[in-house]
Amino acid sequence: MIRADLRSERRAGWAMTAPAVLLLLAFLIVPVILGFVLSFTNARLISPEPTSFTGFDNFVRAFTADPTFFRSLLNTFAFAAVVVPVQAGFGLVLAILVNQKIRGAVAFRVIFFIPVVTSIVVVSILWKFLYQPDGLINSFIDTISFGAWHGMAWLNDPGTALTAIIVLSVWQAVGFHMLIWLSGLQTIPEELYEAARIDGAGSWRQFRDVTWPCLRPTRVFVLITITIAALGLFVQIDVMTQGGPVDSTSTLVYHAVRMGYRQQQIGYGSALSLVFFVLVLIVALVQRYLTRDEA
Amino acid sequence: MSRRWIYLAMTGLAVFFLFPLVFMFVSSLKPDGQILSDVGGWRAFLPVGDISFRNYAGVFERVPVGRFLLNSLLVTTVIVGAGLVINSMAGFAISRMRWTGRRVVLSVVIATLIVPFETIAVPMVYWVSQLPTLLFQNGRLVYDFGWLDTYEVQIIPFIANGFSVFLFAQYFSTIPAAIDEAARIDGAGWFTIYRKIAVPLSGPAFATVAILTFLPAWNQYLWPSMVVQDENLRPVMVGMQYFFQDTTAWGEIMAYTSMITLPVLVVFLAFQRAFVSSVAASGVKG
Repeated sequence: MIRADLRSERRAGWAMTAPAVLLLLAFLIVPVILGFVLSFTNARLISPEPTSFTGFDNFVRAFTADPTFFRSLLNTFAFAAVVVPVQAGFGLVLAILVNQKIRGAVAFRVIFFIPVVTSIVVVSILWKFLYQPDGLINSFIDTISFGAWHGMAWLNDPGTALTAIIVLSVWQAVGFHMLIWLSGLQTIPEELYEAARIDGAGSWRQFRDVTWPCLRPTRVFVLITITIAALGLFVQIDVMTQGGPVDSTSTLVYHAVRMGYRQQQIGYGSALSLVFFVLVLIVALVQRYLTRDEA
Repeated sequence: MSRRWIYLAMTGLAVFFLFPLVFMFVSSLKPDGQILSDVGGWRAFLPVGDISFRNYAGVFERVPVGRFLLNSLLVTTVIVGAGLVINSMAGFAISRMRWTGRRVVLSVVIATLIVPFETIAVPMVYWVSQLPTLLFQNGRLVYDFGWLDTYEVQIIPFIANGFSVFLFAQYFSTIPAAIDEAARIDGAGWFTIYRKIAVPLSGPAFATVAILTFLPAWNQYLWPSMVVQDENLRPVMVGMQYFFQDTTAWGEIMAYTSMITLPVLVVFLAFQRAFVSSVAASGVKG
């Protein structure tokens, strides 16, 4: 009786997980393995010659013979280095503001979140318009500087293009992390603040000695998710600059798609994707290390 | 901080977050010439001057935007709907049943969480171009290879989602186990327990997963731009590529982006409470 029950439970367990497991295997696990294998080949999407193994050629090519890859790697790191602290810090400021017990806080929370539900494709094309030489941003600067400013093409200047993309990326995504911070803030017991006030702590001391230490798990999560998203920067580049001018905005994922798909060099593109994956794995391992004592 | 400063800061931030969108909606109603001449002042944010829906009519003339909207609606609905069924079943079996193989399945699901789609996009194009498919040609069922240029290729890879399975498993594990045992004694099978007991008790989990899968499905861009060349099958975000090269017809571009943004915005404002708690729920995995 019990044995039959266990057997039926096992059969039901496999049956109920089978659709999800098979789909995850077919469209996640297999592509990961396939990508790994293709990285060591010269596979092309449509090829007259048969695919053959080429060892580490793709990686040697990336690191020694492809200056655009190197530039893309640097741009990706530069983007992440700015976006991670700015977006995390800005998100925390927003969370603290909307967490105040005042009328209208919910309405402001909704407004700050609106860009998150707007597609990044729409956001990119909209900001491309705002950044035009005769666009809204230039004419705003022109107005507040009393005409001393003469429009510049933010996205066509290698010195400003990446910064311009950073601004809109933060604008679009910061509301999401505001909400993550907010749910962290709301888990802090009010008694801790009362005790701190009784001890004579001002609002800065309360933040430093109560809020900040209590937010540690949230902090790790926010930093890791922003880092992984920032390393995957693609859509803004594809819509706004196509990596230009002179590769100043090309990124790792953009370059992988350009080589792997548009130029149909699947093998080389897979190798570049693998480099990206290794970076993400490193970040994930750092996260495990930082949260090791809680698990 | 005094209350007045907080309001001042929040109002300034509200302007920062809203001005591009207000500008987009207002500009979609103006002729191109007026959009550019209004840019220097407050008129850029006000629906004044020569206001009309001509840009919207222009978009419909230039691209099959109705078709794009329909495609996106179809793809999104199936991904979200089928995903709710498949992922919740898996979450149920993982969290409420004890069976050999459970741990293996759980670790496969967890492992998928750290793979961003961008890492597999390129090999996946190669993969789906080799997959077998059945199609109707001249009334006969034909066996062929390659999923490029289909609805399947936009839908099937995105139905199963490790994070959704994880969220369901977490939610189901909060339902008292005594309920299952009672139902088992009454002779109910596991699928019946899932359908008659777990699902009706888990409305919030279904709402959370629906919201978290709806946005990325509607906003799909990288994947369909690689695997869908056929205009009749394109979703809205890829359909916008028509306007990428032509950067002069800004009125029509703003009309197009307004059209595909407005439905999502309306859904968000109607269900903003559910959206907010879904995002908060997505943070628990840290």
